[in-house]
Amino acid sequence: MTEKNKLIIQYIVLIFASVISVFPLVWMMIAATNRTVDIIAGKLTFGTQLVTNYNNLIANQDIFRGFMNSVKYSVIQTLVSILICSLAGYGFEVFHDKVKDALMALILMSMMIPFVALMIPLFRMFSSVGLLNSTLGFILPSLSTPFLIMLFRAAARSFPAEMIEAARIDGLNEFGIFFRMFIPTMRSTFAAALTVTFMNAWNNYIWPKVIMQDSKAQTLPMMISNLTSGYFTDYGALMLAVLITTLPTAVLFLALQKNFAEGITGAVK
Amino acid sequence: MKSKTRLNQRRNIYGWLFLIPAVVLIATMSFAPAVSALITSFKTGNGADLHFGGLKNYSRILKDAVFVQSIKNCFFYLIIQVPIMLILALILASMLNNNKLRFKGIMRTCIFLPCATSLVAYSIIFRTLFATDGFVNLVATKLHIISEPYNFLAHPTSAKIVIIIALVWRWTGYNMVFYLAGLQNIEYSVYEAAKIDGASALQTFLRITIPLLKPTILLTAIMSTNGTLQLFDESVNLTNGGPSNASITMSHYIYNQAFQGVPKFGYTSAMSFVILFLVAILAAVQLKVGDKRD
Repeated sequence: MTEKNKLIIQYIVLIFASVISVFPLVWMMIAATNRTVDIIAGKLTFGTQLVTNYNNLIANQDIFRGFMNSVKYSVIQTLVSILICSLAGYGFEVFHDKVKDALMALILMSMMIPFVALMIPLFRMFSSVGLLNSTLGFILPSLSTPFLIMLFRAAARSFPAEMIEAARIDGLNEFGIFFRMFIPTMRSTFAAALTVTFMNAWNNYIWPKVIMQDSKAQTLPMMISNLTSGYFTDYGALMLAVLITTLPTAVLFLALQKNFAEGITGAVK
Repeated sequence: MKSKTRLNQRRNIYGWLFLIPAVVLIATMSFAPAVSALITSFKTGNGADLHFGGLKNYSRILKDAVFVQSIKNCFFYLIIQVPIMLILALILASMLNNNKLRFKGIMRTCIFLPCATSLVAYSIIFRTLFATDGFVNLVATKLHIISEPYNFLAHPTSAKIVIIIALVWRWTGYNMVFYLAGLQNIEYSVYEAAKIDGASALQTFLRITIPLLKPTILLTAIMSTNGTLQLFDESVNLTNGGPSNASITMSHYIYNQAFQGVPKFGYTSAMSFVILFLVAILAAVQLKVGDKRD
C-alpha cells in the first residue's frame, strides 16, 4: 500500500468516526427546534419551534428550578471536592512515609466498592440526620474521591522538591507553599480536575434519585428521566430538555479540553 | 540534629493536616457504610425490621432468576462492549498520532465530544433514535434494509445491542484520550525507525503501540470493567431494563429492590457485595494477566 493510500484510509476512518460521534448530538439539537411530527418524518434541518417546545416543556417539568438545583449542587461539590482532594494528593506525595503510603493504598482499594453497596447505608444515615433533599446530602458522598487524590498526587510528584525547599528557606509555611506555589504551577491539573468533577456532579443520577425525594430538590437528569417515564411523547420538548442538560458540560468541556488532556497525561504517567 | 528531628515532626503533623479532611470523608462515606452494608447483608426482614439471618440472603441470590439474569446481562455487556470499545479507541488513537495528518485537533474533539453528555441525556437520545418511530427505523426502511419498523427495545437481543452501541458511542473517545496521552510518551522516532525497517502498519501497531501502551490499556480495561459491572443510568433510561428484565443490570435491579415497594435492605446489601466480589476478582485477574506479558 502506498503512503498516500494509507493516509486516505486514515482520513476516511477518522472522518467517519467523527461524524458518527457528532451526529446524535446534532440530531438532538435539530430536534429541539422542530415539531414532533417533523422529527418523526426525519426532518434534518433546524426548525422554528424552539419557543413552542420550551413552553410545552416547562408546562410539564419545572426545568428552570432543576437547572438551578443542578448548578448549585455541582458548583459547590466541584469547589469543595477539588480543595479537599488537592490538599490530600499533595500531602500524600510531599509528606509521604510508610503510614501515609499504606493509607493511600487503602484509599485506592475503596475505588472497588460499588456505589450500590454504599447507597443504602448512606441513605439510612442521611435520612436519620435530616440530610435528605439538601445540598450537603448531595455532595458529601463524593467530596473525597480516590481518582482526584491520585490525579493530584501525580501532579505533586512532578512538582520540583527544590522549589519546596527554597520556599521553606524563604519562610513560607507548608500551606503557603501549597496555595501560592503548587496551585498556580499546576493549573492544567486543576482544570482537568474541574472538568471531571463538575461533569460527575452534574451527571450524577443514582444518588440524587435516592435522596432527592422532594420534587423541589430534583436535578436536571432526574427531570429529563421523569419526562420519559410517563406518556410524554413530545420529542421536540424532550430533546430540548436533553439539550439544556448537555449544554453546560459541553461548553465547559470544549473550553477546558486541552487542559483536560494535559492533566490526564500527568496522571497516566 | 535534635532540631532537625523536631522539624521533621512538625512537617509530619503538617502532612496529616493536609490529609485529614479527605481521609475522614473516605472513612465515613466509603468504608463505614461498606462495613455497615456487609453486616446488613447477613440480616433478613423488611424495612427497618431486620434480624440476623446468617447466609440466607446469599443463598437466596442464586435462586433469584432476575438477579442471575442481571449478572448475565452485565457480563454480556462486558465481554462484547469493552473489547470493541478499547480496540476502536486504540485504532483511532494511533491514527490520530500520525504527524502528517491534518485537522487532527478538530477530529479529536469530535470523537471525544460524546463524553461531554450526561449518561441520562445520551440514554434518552439513543432511546429516541432507536424507537419504532425513530430515526434509525426511518433510515433503515427508506433504504429497504427492513420492510417495516422494528421495535429494537422490545426484543431481548436487540435491546442489549442498542445498549452496547450507545456505550461504545459514549466511551470510545474517553478511552482514546488516555491512549493519546500514553502515545505522546512514545518517541515519534521509534515509529520512523520501524518504517525504515519496513514494518507494516499492522506490525507497528501490534509490536510497538500495544506493548508500549500496556499500562494504559490495563488501566482503561480495569476502569471499563468496573464501570460496566455498575451500569445503571443506561439500563434505567434506555431500555428500563426491558423487555421483561432482559437487559436489566445488577445495579438497576438492586435499586428497584431497595427503593421500589417494600425495601429489602438485607437482600440488596448481599447482592451489592456480589458486585464488589466480581469487581475485585476481575481487577486481580486483569492485573495478573497484565503483568505476565512482560
